[in-house]
Amino acid sequence: MKKVYTRPKTLKEAHFHYCPGCGHGIINRLLMEVVDEMDLREKAICVAPAGCGMLLYNYFDIDTLESAHGRGAAVATGIKRVRPENLVFSYQGDGDLAAIGTAEGFHAANRGEPISVIFVNNGVYGMTGGQMAPTTLTDQVTTTTPLGRDPILAGHPVKICEVFAMLDGTVYLERVTVNNPAAVLKAKKAIKKAFQCQLDGKGFSLVEILSPCPTNWKMGPVEACRWIDEVMTKQFPLGVVKEVS
Amino acid sequence: MSGNAALGEAAVLSGCTCYFGYPITPQNELTEYMAKRMGELGRVFIQSESEIAAINMVLGASVAGARAMTSSSSPGMSLKQEGISYLAADELPAVVVDMVRGGPGMGNISPAQSDYLQATRGGGHGDYKTIVLAPGSVQELTEVVPLAFDLADQYRNPVIILGDGMLGQMMEPVSFENIKPPKEYPKDYILTGAKGRPARMVRSLLFDTKEEEEHNWKLVRKYQRMEQNEVRYETFMADDAEMIVVAYGIGARIVRGAIKRLRQENMKVGMLRPITAWPFPAAPLQELANTVHDFFVFEMSAGQMIEDVKLALAGKGRIHFYGRPGGVIPTPVELYRIIGRHYYMAARRKQQ
Amino acid sequence: MTTRTIFSGFGGQGVLSMGFTLANAGMLEGKYVTYLPSYGVEVRGGTANCTVVVSDEEIASPVASEPEFVVAMNQPSFNRFQNILQSGGLLCVNASLVDIASARSDIEILAIPTSELAEKLGTIKVANMIILGALIKASNIISFDAMIKNLAELLGEGRSKLIKLNKEALEMGFNYVKE
Repeated sequence: MKKVYTRPKTLKEAHFHYCPGCGHGIINRLLMEVVDEMDLREKAICVAPAGCGMLLYNYFDIDTLESAHGRGAAVATGIKRVRPENLVFSYQGDGDLAAIGTAEGFHAANRGEPISVIFVNNGVYGMTGGQMAPTTLTDQVTTTTPLGRDPILAGHPVKICEVFAMLDGTVYLERVTVNNPAAVLKAKKAIKKAFQCQLDGKGFSLVEILSPCPTNWKMGPVEACRWIDEVMTKQFPLGVVKEVS
Repeated sequence: MSGNAALGEAAVLSGCTCYFGYPITPQNELTEYMAKRMGELGRVFIQSESEIAAINMVLGASVAGARAMTSSSSPGMSLKQEGISYLAADELPAVVVDMVRGGPGMGNISPAQSDYLQATRGGGHGDYKTIVLAPGSVQELTEVVPLAFDLADQYRNPVIILGDGMLGQMMEPVSFENIKPPKEYPKDYILTGAKGRPARMVRSLLFDTKEEEEHNWKLVRKYQRMEQNEVRYETFMADDAEMIVVAYGIGARIVRGAIKRLRQENMKVGMLRPITAWPFPAAPLQELANTVHDFFVFEMSAGQMIEDVKLALAGKGRIHFYGRPGGVIPTPVELYRIIGRHYYMAARRKQQ
Repeated sequence: MTTRTIFSGFGGQGVLSMGFTLANAGMLEGKYVTYLPSYGVEVRGGTANCTVVVSDEEIASPVASEPEFVVAMNQPSFNRFQNILQSGGLLCVNASLVDIASARSDIEILAIPTSELAEKLGTIKVANMIILGALIKASNIISFDAMIKNLAELLGEGRSKLIKLNKEALEMGFNYVKE
């Protein structure tokens, strides 16, 4: 019998701690599939964030450092400058990259550091219990925007890809999602492309992944996937935002 | 050569291959020196977007196996504390230079010693310590800087070089001949890509409280080893002294001038100068207390190191204090007058 | 012997380079030296001063409470630093800019018309070297030869024009002071 689906070699045999329907598990698996397929286990160094993704090193069988909240891009910069031959990527959430670590991410991008950022955008602070994130949609209800996000009081959703696109150091920026099988395959392709950009020494690459958080969105997993299509992608349009050949 | 430039060259000779910094007076000459030298040598220099980014770049370079350094001054050091706490928790080596200026808040850009407690008590969150080296002259930087890198590697812990604006700006002749080529330390913890070995992880997150407690005790045992083995200090005219001044860094330099004058008038004053502010030379101070009753603490602050002196003496002897906070540089004559007065009063008390 | 000198004036008058030149020459002569610049917020203008200690023995403090020598290039510096000069100390004054009517009576004043002298050399920029030359003659802190040799090192061997100009300025100040 032919085996058509198996655990990636670099994904440890551990149970994910993620909630049912969470996008992190899919994204973790995709990353390790890409590491396997591009034969990067011996080259890859991952910088894990604070937030729901902070336990990555329990799942990834690659060298991993856990950084302080928001500092992933700066830490990755330090590693990459010392080890330019390695593949260095940070895994950061929306609070991490678009609020507390904006300066670090923005300037790493502006310097054109040849690192890759995997930016998981689920529109909320997941681990702390569903507070408003910089990417929370207008009118979206969270524990700190109980009446919905009012732009006058709480600002607008931050569009990292579009902001970073204006920086000369960025070479590849794409927004994808993981709410259906076709989207998952597209996300994988985007991650591959980002890593390839880095291996080719082109500059800063980032993949923004719209990821379901049913628990904090107070939805079922299926409903959450539908909500991404019907609501989230309206404010965060999918597609390649920037690609420098 | 200025203290800032000498520090930079000493770091280069000590095998520092990565420097990250953000401009702040009075340490800019160091950042500028590193920009030039690291570029010439093909080493890593980044002018970062903030002190926070700089310390995290240091962390990244360190976990990748490099000898890395950053430098700042008081307000910038406050920002670096987060990263220093992570370095200590992750057990990563790093050298952090603090050219202290007047504070709190924005303060001013004059030399001060008002960040002693921040440096010697960890400074950031959590139960941790950093070795703190307090050089007193430009030439001494050539001893302290290689030592800082070695201690950082040996203990896998951040080391702080606690200077001040005056040490950074001051120029003195300096020779680098004493700096030996950097030693190799085992680097079995660094991240290089998991080539032919199991994957490594470097982290400070330990959800299991038992695990976190054990990690804390492990750190404590390391700090105890530092306290046993790394105390460094210097005495000056202490053998026959009836009063011992305790002062460090540039403060101690000015005290030396004052003591020379006091000695000309037969006032038996000596000095103990901590070179490691942490671990503090408590034992030598206790020993001096067997023969000396009066201790005079001088600091360019409102009184921070005096806490360590009190702890060391544990009620023995009498402690006198004179401080000039706010970035004021006292003169040797000023100290001569004040120490002299205290000495005179102490002598009278003894007669009564 | 230990001598302490404070150089002071406006930023841009070459105050710090006077001190640095003296310190470097002292070092070349094999003496212990320290050079401590004041640093302010301003990059140009404002006041500048530096302290140079030259000694045959290890220098205890780079800070001078009662210097033996003061060089004052402008009025505010004169007013400020004449007060901390040792009794019997020497105050070199830029007579072109400073009114010395309010001088202390227990100190020695050496008034050098730097602007007038500098004009003879065609540039006001060397006023600092003129007054430094005068200070060396009157103070004997270091030998004049060491000062001249020092120029090549400080300015760069190749810059012979600049070395010549500075040498002439130092000599002019040196010779202005009568034995």
